[in-house]
Order: sequence, then C-alpha cells, then structure tokens
Amino acid sequence: MSNPLADMDKPDVIFCIGTNMTETHPVAATRLKQAQAKGAILIVADPRHIPLARRADIHLPLRVGSDVALLGAMAHVIAERGLMDESFIAERTEGWDSVREHLKSFTPEWAEGITGVPAALIEQAAVLYAQADRGAIYYTLGITEHISGVDNVQSLSNLALMTGNLGREGTGINPMRGQNNIQGAGDCGALPGNYPGFQPVTDPAMQAKFEEAWGTKVDLEPGMTKVRALEHAGEKIFAMLICGENTLISDPDYDHCERALGRLDHLVVVDIFKTETAELADVVLPASAWAETDGVFTNTERRPQRVRAAVPAQGQARPDWWILAEISKRLGSDQFEYNSAAEVFNELCSLSPLYAGLDWDRIDAGRYQWPVPEADHPGTPMLHVGEFPRGKGLFKTPAYRDPAEVVNEDYPVWLTTGRRLEHYHTRTMSGRSTGTEYLLNEETLEVHPADVQAWGLEHGGMARMSSPRGSVLVRVASDDTSPPGTVFCSFSFSEVPINKLTGSGYDPITDTAELKVCPVRVEPVSG
Amino acid sequence: MSLDLTLDGQVVPFQEGETLYEVASRHGDKIPTLCYDKRLDPLGACRLCVVEVEGANGPLASCTTPARAGMAVRTVTEDLERHRKTLVDLVLSENPKGAEIDPLRGLASQELAQLSVRYGSDGTRFAGATSGHSRFDDPNPMILRDYDNCISCYRCVRVCAEQEGDYAISITGRGFGTQISAEFDVDLEDSDCTFCGQCIQTCPTGALGDLRALQHADLPEPITATRSICPYCGVGCSLDLLTKGETLVGVQPAMDGPANEGALCIKGQFAWEWVQHPDRLTEPLVRKDGELVPATWEEALDRAAAGFAQAGAEHGRRSVYAVASGRAPHESAYSVQKFIRVNFGTNQIDNCSRA
Repeated sequence: MSNPLADMDKPDVIFCIGTNMTETHPVAATRLKQAQAKGAILIVADPRHIPLARRADIHLPLRVGSDVALLGAMAHVIAERGLMDESFIAERTEGWDSVREHLKSFTPEWAEGITGVPAALIEQAAVLYAQADRGAIYYTLGITEHISGVDNVQSLSNLALMTGNLGREGTGINPMRGQNNIQGAGDCGALPGNYPGFQPVTDPAMQAKFEEAWGTKVDLEPGMTKVRALEHAGEKIFAMLICGENTLISDPDYDHCERALGRLDHLVVVDIFKTETAELADVVLPASAWAETDGVFTNTERRPQRVRAAVPAQGQARPDWWILAEISKRLGSDQFEYNSAAEVFNELCSLSPLYAGLDWDRIDAGRYQWPVPEADHPGTPMLHVGEFPRGKGLFKTPAYRDPAEVVNEDYPVWLTTGRRLEHYHTRTMSGRSTGTEYLLNEETLEVHPADVQAWGLEHGGMARMSSPRGSVLVRVASDDTSPPGTVFCSFSFSEVPINKLTGSGYDPITDTAELKVCPVRVEPVSG
Repeated sequence: MSLDLTLDGQVVPFQEGETLYEVASRHGDKIPTLCYDKRLDPLGACRLCVVEVEGANGPLASCTTPARAGMAVRTVTEDLERHRKTLVDLVLSENPKGAEIDPLRGLASQELAQLSVRYGSDGTRFAGATSGHSRFDDPNPMILRDYDNCISCYRCVRVCAEQEGDYAISITGRGFGTQISAEFDVDLEDSDCTFCGQCIQTCPTGALGDLRALQHADLPEPITATRSICPYCGVGCSLDLLTKGETLVGVQPAMDGPANEGALCIKGQFAWEWVQHPDRLTEPLVRKDGELVPATWEEALDRAAAGFAQAGAEHGRRSVYAVASGRAPHESAYSVQKFIRVNFGTNQIDNCSRA
C-alpha cells in the first residue's frame, strides 16, 4: 500500500476495484465503512454484486477482465473535462502528452460496449474520483490475476497520477495483500529477480555484495518464475522444495500441476499438514506452526511485526529456518549457523536497505513501516511524498486486450474465482477449526437465479462445470451476487478443485495466472 | 493556545474536543466505567464515570462532557464513590454471577467483576427483578449468548454498528424487558452477523462469551497471554494468544494493535483450533516403496539433501528450484531463498504470489 491502513477512514472518495474486501480483508473493510459513515463516497467496480458493492454509492458491474477499458474510459473522461491536477502533472510526472493522446479513443461509449457498464455511470464515477480532495484506490487480486494484470495496475496508476491522488493522507494506490506474509516473502528476496530488499540480481554490484555476505557468487541471470518452473518440470527442473504452499490445489490448472510435480525426480515439502501437495512428495518435513514459532510477518502496509511462540511445536515439528539450515549443512554449506529466528532476521536487516534501520528488538512493538533506511529513522507510513522512487511518476499507455479465453459456443459462461469470508485458501487451517467449518462446509457455485432457470439447474442440485482443461461437480446456489452469464466459486474446497478448470493464460510480464477469468460450460447433473 | 483544566487539584493540559473522561484517563485510572469502549461514541448510560465539576448542578458523566478551559474537576470524592457503589449494587442485583465470570469469555468480561470487588457489592442489596434471558438455544459454536448477565450497556450493539458497520444486533423491549437480539429474534447465523467476535470482546459482564475458548474452561492452569499477529490475510491484526500450560485455548484482539486497533474477523478470532489438531504433521516422512512412511529427522534430512545434490550433479545446478511460503514468517522465506542462492548459485526461487 502506498498509504497506511490508518488512512482508510480519511478519503472523501474511495474507489475499490477487484477487491471483495469485506470477505477477504474484513478488518480493513471496517475502516472503509467508518469512512462512509463520515460521509465518504464509495465507488466499487466489480463484476459481482459483492457486499461492498451493496454499500456503494456507485457500483460499476464490469464484465470480468475488462478493467483496462473501464479505467481508460474514466481517465478519458477526466482528461476531456479538464479535471486533472495540472500542477501535479507538471511538477511530478512525465509522459502526460502521450497518455492524453492514447486516451482519446477510450470513450465511455466504447468502454460500455466492452465492459457492459453504462457510459453515464463511468462518467459519473470518473468525475467523482477526479473532484475528490482525497481520492484513494484500493484493489486486490481482481486487478492482478489477469493476463492484463500489469496493464490494470498501470491504468490505476494513470488515474492517481493525473488527479494528484498520491503522496498525501487519505489518497494513494493501495493493494491489499492477500496473505499474512506475502509482502514479507518478497521483502526477503524469495523472488527470481531480486535479492532481499528487492535488490536486482542482474546488478553486478549486488552480486558482489551478496558474494561477500554469503561466500557464493550467485548468477546475474534471474531465475524462472514458479509458473515456468512447473512448466519445465522434468525438462529443466528436476528437484523442488515447496515450503508452506498447497500448490496442487491453489495453483491454476490442477492436472497440469499434478503432472508437473509428478515429473520431478525429487520433491521435498515442508508443511504443517499432510496437504494434497505433500502427498506427492519424496520427503515431507514437519514445520512448527503459527503460535509455535518466533518470527516476523510484514503486513500489507509494509509493517514488520513480531509473531511469537506461545505453545510448544507439535511432535517433532521444527522451524523452517532450522530445516533449511540442516539441509544446507548436508550440502556442505557453512552459511547457516543460526541459533534463533532473531539471528536470521537480523541478517536480513543487515542486507536489505529497506530494513537497514531495523532489528529484532526494534520491531518488537511493530511501530515501523519500511523503508527504514537507518537506525534513528521513524519509518515511512506513506510512500511517494514529494518524489517517486524513480523521480517523476511515469504515465503508461496500456491498451485493452481480451482475456486469454473468451466465452464462446462451447464455453458460454464466465467463471471467476475468489475467497469466501469463512475460509482461507485451501482450508488446511480454517477447515480444521470448528466455527468456520460449522458455517460453511461445502463449496457451492454461485449462479444468478435467471441462469439457474435458463440452464435447467436447481438451487441445491448438482451441476457439472467444465473448461477446456477439466471439469468439476459442484452444488448450485441460486444467488444474484453474480450477474447473469457469470458464475463464482472459491478455490477453498479440494472436493471442488476449481483449479482443474483455470489456467487459461498468464500475464506476459509477471507470469501471474488469469485466475479471475475462465470461460466454462455449466450443465445440470441428475441425482 | 494551550488549554488547561484542574483535575483533582492538579492543573493538566488537554486538547480541543476531548472529553473529561479522556483527559482524566491520561492521568491515572481512577474513574470506573461499564458502558465505555474508547473506539465507540460515548453513550453516558451507566453513569459510573460521573465526576464533580465546580459550578455544575450535580455530577456529570465524564464520558460525554467536553473538557473546557478552566474547569475544576474532581473524579474521586466520598459522594461520587457512594453514588458509584449504589450503581454497582443495582447492576449486580441483576447479575448474581457477575463476580464469577470465566475470563475466557472475553477481553472485557471481568469489568463488572472488578467493580464488584472495588465497591464490595454482592448483588443482594436490590435483589429482585432481572432483565435479559439467555439464548442457549442458538446452535452456533462461537458466540455464547448468556443474556442473563446482560446489563444493557449496549456495547455489543454499538460495536457491531459503529465499529463493524454490520448492524446485526439490536435492542428490543424496555426496562426489565430489555433484550439484546438479532433482527427478528433469529439465530446469529441467520442474521447479518459475520462472527467477528467484537461483541464478545467488548462485553463487560461476559453475557457474550467465546465458546471456542470456553471449551478449555476446566483446564486448571492459569491463562497466559502472548502477543502475536493473525496468520490469515495481509492486514496484520495484532492479537493475544491465550494459553493454559501447553494448550492454546483462545485468541483475543489487541486494542493497541497498529493495524487493527482491537478489531478481528471470524478467522482471526475463531479459526485457531487447527494449531493443535490431531492432523498436524508431527514427524518427518520419506517415501519408501511408493508410500510415505515415518522417518527420523536424520534420515529425512539426509534424503532431502541427497536428492538435491543428485539433481544438481545430474542435471546442473539450475535444475533445483524452491518455492517459499507467503504464510510462513520472514525467517522461512529468507532461509529458502538463501538455500537456493548459496547452495546452487542460482535465482531459481519464487513465492506463491503469482498464483
């Protein structure tokens, strides 16, 4: 997030797109509800009539995967009506002339044809956002899990740049990270292109820095993304360590993933449960869990916070850092001589400029948001104040592209996937907790009542849903949250492995899977 | 311009817009409350927080009285304490169990019990009619609805409305007929309740209780709280892990959590039983003759390392790949990337953020 969570009750116009925040980040959503109670206007762009959309002043029900058209049209309206922040554009950005030219063709009427959102509604939303003193954008995976994920984010960035909604309280571009420490995993350098602190592996100076720290010269060449590694399993990749991820259920294209993992010579899984992925492993190593492990999580607002062990680990389970150190020692390394989680974290701080002013003791109360470049630095709750990391904010000119697959005669229905309030990811944890399991213990397919009737389905009856990659059986729930022609399902239940269907395409820059769009066929199943 | 008032004979500064209670609570913890939760708009219903202000006609509720420059305020006097004792006697008369509520019920559940000790009240002085009747017939396994203990402070109703924006619970009836209810008197699961548990945690009498925690009420050990962070989404809510001996018995929100300021959702509040679930992996497993079978750490680690070494030797160091977790802490992700970079000299590492 560019701005802190504490800012979320401060905007006067809130623009949420691709975020089912009341279900996926409920506590953050409470702050938006409080902003609304104080009079803020809420604009929600989402294909479904989600709870947040029901609270919205304007709901833009765009067709799945049409975000670039919608956002480009909003920018078009702002430019055509002269609602830009001219001084912000002049002082803090570059590329405005080219983006202004680029936006000319993004008329609201054109966008209506693609998104299905009435042109007048697009205009209304654009004007409200542009005229806000403090306009804030919030998004989640509904923006990034597309083949146009990068284009979507750049379209949002254009909107914020042209209206000067960055670097001030109650504004910003704010991605809500979905996992407790997904920000931290990136911060720690678990990326094919970055050392800890997002320092590029292609930079020879970084290579030298880490060679000095670790005694190994690491390639200048970036590694593969996980998507490519699975694709090349059995060809270029022969051994894999998977730590704390139920890849088989959570990744796109289940069958492809199962075949890929099956082609490996050697699969080691470190986890807390014998997940579907662990069942495929050659070696399964039991990790100590949350509440058993000392460590650090960094949240969506870049705030490292301490987690603490309160109970002993179950059985012989051990912390991940100990497990990785023991394997490394057996591979002949002397670089893993740690006695505690604190030592590991302090090594990270010593190598990451973002954490340079932090250590295990300083983060005890979770008071700092990175970057914290030196020891007496107060942290950085808000990014982009006065200057962007690259200097001037750069406008981009993303063009609209259709999703990797679009509805057709064989697969006439849009499937979009996500989470539900009661459960988390593949339910390894929430499915083993009495309360959450009591409220929801079976997946259903959310189908608009008109479609239930038109497709010969029954509320509570079974349906077969198929894509070119596979099919699943799922119980039908008649529910007008999804619009006609679009259905929704979560990926939480292994009994309904929805990712047997997904996997139509990937963003060409980030390799992020298009999990939010998958044309399917839905047919009734008797009995 | 600095603003000052006199508080129990001492001149103290305050800021425009603060209430007398807010000013006073920065200077000691002498004023009792029952209907107060600092995150909510003050209600002034319980009248326990009354103070004497020079020139005022009778005592004023400090939670709803704005501080003004030059005020002379007394927070503890014989009159005030007698008045407060009468109020506590009245409240306890409806709540004979007020003094023996299990602290596992909720974060604020001991507030009335503490007042009964402070004022030597046992509930007998005004014994008689009571209000609120428990709804033990609600089948949900998370929120105990023991309204026999309700004192109509409306903290639950207000936290649901003001803090959560959910408006799932409301008040029916008046006087001794007052009852906290979900709309149309339905079970909570059929209401707009999202089971965030905030009503439980703000209840000052334990009339609402955490059923997941209460299953461990009989464990004899004392309750220990350990500060941690919720393991689910990326908001990073601070919470306290409640333990008895080696058993995790519950979770309570941290009011001073920078990301959540006391809020939690259903998962953070109630979905923690997996930690000590019998399905947990408790020993290393290695595949032998096609089956995953238990092994010693020594054997499993040797086998893990040997497989990586062999792949590296046969197919080159780029053939070894690792996926770090977005769920495990930094020390895990850092170790996984270092494992690849140091042992194989490559960048064949990713995490689960792309899918």
